[in-house]
Amino acid sequence: MSTTIYIPKDSGALAVGAESTAAAIAAEARSRGLPVEIVRTGSRGLYWLEPMVEVATAEGRIAYGPVGPAQVPGLFDAGFLEGRSHALRIGRPEDHPFLRSQTRLAFARCGIVDPLSVTDYRTHGGYRGLERALALGAEGTLEEVVRSGLRGRGGAGFPTGIKWRTVREARGDIKYIVCNADEGDSGTFADRMIMEGDPFVLIEGMVIAAIATGATHGFIYIRSEYPHAIATMQAAIDLARADGLLGSRIGGSSHAFDIEVRVGAGAYVCGEETALLESLEGRRGQVRAKPPLPAHAGLFRRPTAVNNVISLASVPAILSEGAQAYSQLGTGRSLGTLPIQLAGNVRYGGLYETAFGRTLGELVMDVGGGTASGRPVRAVQVGGPLGAYFPQSLFDTPFEYEAFAAKGGLIGHGGIVVFDDTVDLARQARFAMEFCAVESCGKCTPCRIGSVRGAEIIDRIKTGEAVGANLALLEDLCDTMKLGSLCALGGFVPYPVLSALHHFPEDFGASPRRSAAAAD
Amino acid sequence: MSLIKEPDYGTPPSKASDTINVTIDGVQLQVPAGTSVMRAAMDAGVKVPKLCATDSLEAFGSCRLCLVEIEGRNGTPASCTTPVAEGMVVSTQTERLKKLRRGVMELYISDHPLDCLTCAANGDCELQDMAGAVGLRDVRYGYAGENHLSAAKDESNPYFTFDPAKCIVCSRCVRACEEVQGTYALTIDGRGFDSKVAAGMDQAFLDSECVSCGACVQACPTATLTEKSVIDIGQPEHSVVTTCAYCGVGCSFKAEMRGTEVVRMVPYKDGHANHGHSCVKGRFAWGYTTHRDRILKPMMREAITDPWREVSWEQAIERVASEFRRIQETYGRSAIGGITSSRCTNEETYLVQKLVRAVFGNNNVDTCARVCHSPTGYGLKQAFGTSAGTQDFDSVDHTDVILVIGANPTDAHPVFASHMKKRLREAAKLIVIDPRRIDLVRSPHVEASYHLPLRPGSNVAIINALAHVVVTEGLIDERFVRERCDWSEFEHWAAFVAEARNSPEAAAEVTGVPAEQIRAAARLYATGGNAAIYYGLGVTEHSQGTTTVIGMANLAMATGNLGRPGVGVNPLRGQNNVQGSCDMGSFPHEFSGYRHVADDATRSMFEALWGVKLDPEPGLRINNMFDAALDDSFLGIYIQGEDMVQSDPDTQHVVRALAAMQCVVVQDLFLNETSKFAHVFLPGSTFLEKDGTFTNAERRIGRVRKVMPPRAGLADWEITLAIARAMGQPWNYQHPSEIMDEIARATPTFAGVSYQKLEELGSVQWPCNDRAPQGTPVMHQDGFVIGKGRFTITEYIPTDERSSRRYPLLLTTGRILSQYNVGAQTRRTENVMWHGEDLLEIHPHDAEQRGIRDGDFVKLESRAGATSLRATITDRVAPGVVYTTFHHPATQANVVTTDYSDWATNCPEYKVTAVQVAPASGPAEWQERYRELSERNTRIESHPAAVAK
Repeated sequence: MSTTIYIPKDSGALAVGAESTAAAIAAEARSRGLPVEIVRTGSRGLYWLEPMVEVATAEGRIAYGPVGPAQVPGLFDAGFLEGRSHALRIGRPEDHPFLRSQTRLAFARCGIVDPLSVTDYRTHGGYRGLERALALGAEGTLEEVVRSGLRGRGGAGFPTGIKWRTVREARGDIKYIVCNADEGDSGTFADRMIMEGDPFVLIEGMVIAAIATGATHGFIYIRSEYPHAIATMQAAIDLARADGLLGSRIGGSSHAFDIEVRVGAGAYVCGEETALLESLEGRRGQVRAKPPLPAHAGLFRRPTAVNNVISLASVPAILSEGAQAYSQLGTGRSLGTLPIQLAGNVRYGGLYETAFGRTLGELVMDVGGGTASGRPVRAVQVGGPLGAYFPQSLFDTPFEYEAFAAKGGLIGHGGIVVFDDTVDLARQARFAMEFCAVESCGKCTPCRIGSVRGAEIIDRIKTGEAVGANLALLEDLCDTMKLGSLCALGGFVPYPVLSALHHFPEDFGASPRRSAAAAD
Repeated sequence: MSLIKEPDYGTPPSKASDTINVTIDGVQLQVPAGTSVMRAAMDAGVKVPKLCATDSLEAFGSCRLCLVEIEGRNGTPASCTTPVAEGMVVSTQTERLKKLRRGVMELYISDHPLDCLTCAANGDCELQDMAGAVGLRDVRYGYAGENHLSAAKDESNPYFTFDPAKCIVCSRCVRACEEVQGTYALTIDGRGFDSKVAAGMDQAFLDSECVSCGACVQACPTATLTEKSVIDIGQPEHSVVTTCAYCGVGCSFKAEMRGTEVVRMVPYKDGHANHGHSCVKGRFAWGYTTHRDRILKPMMREAITDPWREVSWEQAIERVASEFRRIQETYGRSAIGGITSSRCTNEETYLVQKLVRAVFGNNNVDTCARVCHSPTGYGLKQAFGTSAGTQDFDSVDHTDVILVIGANPTDAHPVFASHMKKRLREAAKLIVIDPRRIDLVRSPHVEASYHLPLRPGSNVAIINALAHVVVTEGLIDERFVRERCDWSEFEHWAAFVAEARNSPEAAAEVTGVPAEQIRAAARLYATGGNAAIYYGLGVTEHSQGTTTVIGMANLAMATGNLGRPGVGVNPLRGQNNVQGSCDMGSFPHEFSGYRHVADDATRSMFEALWGVKLDPEPGLRINNMFDAALDDSFLGIYIQGEDMVQSDPDTQHVVRALAAMQCVVVQDLFLNETSKFAHVFLPGSTFLEKDGTFTNAERRIGRVRKVMPPRAGLADWEITLAIARAMGQPWNYQHPSEIMDEIARATPTFAGVSYQKLEELGSVQWPCNDRAPQGTPVMHQDGFVIGKGRFTITEYIPTDERSSRRYPLLLTTGRILSQYNVGAQTRRTENVMWHGEDLLEIHPHDAEQRGIRDGDFVKLESRAGATSLRATITDRVAPGVVYTTFHHPATQANVVTTDYSDWATNCPEYKVTAVQVAPASGPAEWQERYRELSERNTRIESHPAAVAK
């Protein structure tokens, strides 16, 4: 009888050599005449342990990691096929504190199943949400999603159910579900992990969205930098279609829905929903003015629900477990779970899905284990390149939408990037302006010209030129960009810039009393 | 007089009928739902600062100057992209907004040259205006930062420059190119700070797909896109609204002037035919008016081989009068005649036909409509009772299926083509019936559902086949036909078209178009909603031109596509006033308003009005005049503004006839081809030099207003007046308005037209009388003029002009965007940069068989004659078909066309000539002979060096 070995083929694992590890294990088993079956999975999200190899044993799956090709003979010698002891032995993954303390709903299967096995998906609880949605019908499904309190996980936090209802009630000869998989925020990778590790959950979420809204066509817009996600999603869509879950009669019902994958062309701004729609239509990725809302006139001017990958991947569990169960998680108006991505200079980097409400400090220090460099944490940027920099003094902020907004920050797509005490926050502020200058679509003036001027001002400040006047100008510019920009790209650049300035004035050569000024 | 500055409401008007209450800066008002806050503010008298918004374009929201505050809403939404909502309370000017706008403006100016005083847009720059409006006093960023100030100018276009250093990237030009013109030649290239306007694939404007319509220049709020004439002259100081003198669209323009010098022509937003849009000809190609070739003194000579001699107006007019009287006395009253001009005003045309009827005492008057749309007049009158198109241009906004047959609107009627394309992008479907793959068949965001590339000469076969499908598949609108048409005639017609010989399968053999395509197109036309037919000379200029017109009228009646917006049978008329010249009584058998000269009541009314006896017999048509000249029975002709030698078919026949006449009087701007056979030359005036009216293809009468004195001293109507007086008639008109008053008195369909009404309404569509005092945009709404609509049998009879072993190819002719008809005007402008010579389009297969390479000189020969020109190899034409334009006298395409013509109206069969094409080494023998003749016959004594141009 052969032994099953699970090795991730997630991009994060591949980046640290999972492919060589898999080859080495296969070769070693062959040379030893040991029958093994290697199953390639997604990642569990414990990236500091990748490549993490799991072996199916009588006590369950036993993980070892990080496993490089060099360690493979030793592992075989140690009897890892029976789950025996070895320096790299982690034990049962679910007992690992990093996983044990999570509440995995969207990521329930990620890292466990073969991403392209429909059987695996079903045996691990897949399609139960869809079955319930078909039973509830459009209105019931919509109601369930509204009651769950699910808010858009792309960053804006708009209630998903309300958006769907708007699409449902909008008039249009055809309606669309567009999945925004243009995950471009620094320090984020949740979308990619799901698409590579459990693509069917996204498909199921989109099908449920289609039932709720009356949409018949779906698009997944994936950034071109995600070749593995593109390939996996494409293969999964073909399998789902063959399985009758996409097509003219979803799961034997009267609903018709199909999905196409579309690939972006490297523009960050195409993660902004209206620019994404322009790009999908084959135009230059340029932001549209709202109104009209995409829900009223979106793709090809038809009613369109544009949802983030994680929003859609959260839906099957809401349906299968019920809105009630979901909404009991979280706090305030931030309900359910959020897959948090710990990145940057952090000791335990990875994917951590948990209910809203843990403090930033817990996440960075307790879950993340502080910096990888071992130096003190000086700042964390939450919510991507447009998120605010928080000092340690704000580590008591609960991780939820309103609490972060109150402190001048944003949760965004749930990415946390950790910096140690060698960081220069003025340089980071300049980076934010520079990033905006590079990624601006160029449509609106504050973003197009303001970002360039912003970088120039910070350069002058850093060389000590008329620091007071230039700081005042920088604040005015941030005001113009925040209130004047057409979309969140230019509109949110002031978050990293002003938070850096207000919390770390010394880096700008400004008097420390500025730090007393409340964050905007 | 002052410069007309049309208010800019920032966003287009809402079409909604329900209204919403809003309060803007304390002013309560009601506006239509869907109106932008910006536009509502304008209604409230509040100008919100703006740069990227203009009311010819959809709101874009990029400049961020128009931000406002709305009670109960977060942030500062853009007023251009925010529609009003019930009870909305808006503030447009708060401390926060003031600071914000100044902040945005400060950013703009940090990347803009500070050369206002020497800038061509000084005084006409929205950026300058907005800097003032927001109170910009300081640019704290300095001017040393990254910028675009050294970006290179593109001066490739002959009419405007593109200076990217002054560009604020508002995208108005790009959006105008897309939304207004529909060409999609411009784009924003790059992103972020590197975003820049680019033509085509970042090419020079002249090398890109840009069609120089001027919409981008019009839309530009800065000096980035500026007319070269403005750069040369400076800003205009007054403007006069007038009507374009090119095609039958009849665009309304503001002639923007400095003294009597035209600075630029700007399409007028309130023009009902063009709504502020223009094409390269009307917008830019007016330089011919001051071209050195203009003849500014009357001239005469004894023989056409003599040099011209400049004389006084009195001498010239006296000569015309005495010669005409002499010819009449010697050869009879009917030995002279006149040709009215479709380029001249209604008033001028009316006077010429009055001169012929009342002074010459015969009805020998004809007009160039003979050679273009005479079958339209005849055919539509036959079916509906009115010799004109049924709709206004705006009707196309309600059309679901557009059927274009024998017309090439993007070249010949560009402004209406843009309107049409807008509707096609929105919703309508398109069927094109044309031997060539015209641009409309497939262009950016427009694609025909069906293109039926029929063989030239088979129009009737295809129209009958469409009707066959409609009848045999039960797609007729029986209720419409029973109510509005003669049912027994319909039944007769239906039985005829239902015969197997009219089936698509039978037509497929004749037309070369697969039967299934014909069937599908017929079904779409009959069942696709409001269906409208638009056609041009590809329908009329055939031996069965009238039959096709009647066939289309039958089709429209059978499917109920008449009498409401969105439908109809619509001729796209070629010349600015060809509709008007027909309306004014230019045909030998009809008085103004299409009333037959044999009709006693009408004739006695005119006899009373004019105080003379009138001839009840119809006079000679143009071709009869030529034939009569060769029989010595027609020897004197007064030709106002028409170049028959170049434009009429079978040039050698025309030339022989003119050479046989004893007194040819040409009234024109230039020594045109016809003048080479003239004895008296009377210098005419351009549309800028006189008052009057033109009537466009939608029967719209628009004012032509004088912006400068006639350069040769007299307006064309004054010349005709002088001839009448010299011939003894005491005519007395002080102003063209008096002529229009007479037209109104004499013509029931014009009874309500006066210059005063035109001042009030801007323009008016006839019929305009007591029953329709505001004019008639859409005809036949309550019934046809003749009562019941008439179905007439349209038997397909193949033309005698057929391809043979000797002449195996079929030639068809047409126009190109940059040139206009015989090119007398456009060849004297920079438009020659686009089309410096006529080219012969030939299919690769036919070219290869003959050893012809792209650009080779080829001989084009028919039984009528031969000419040579360069070939261009393209699959736009089908194998067996060749195509050329007739803009250049050096080519003289009409040397090749034949004397075949429409059975009813003698409209020449320009569109089908059997030809052979062979490689050639140079000009044909005719061209050589003609060049010699031209040189000899255009000498002017006082200008010995002048030679043919």
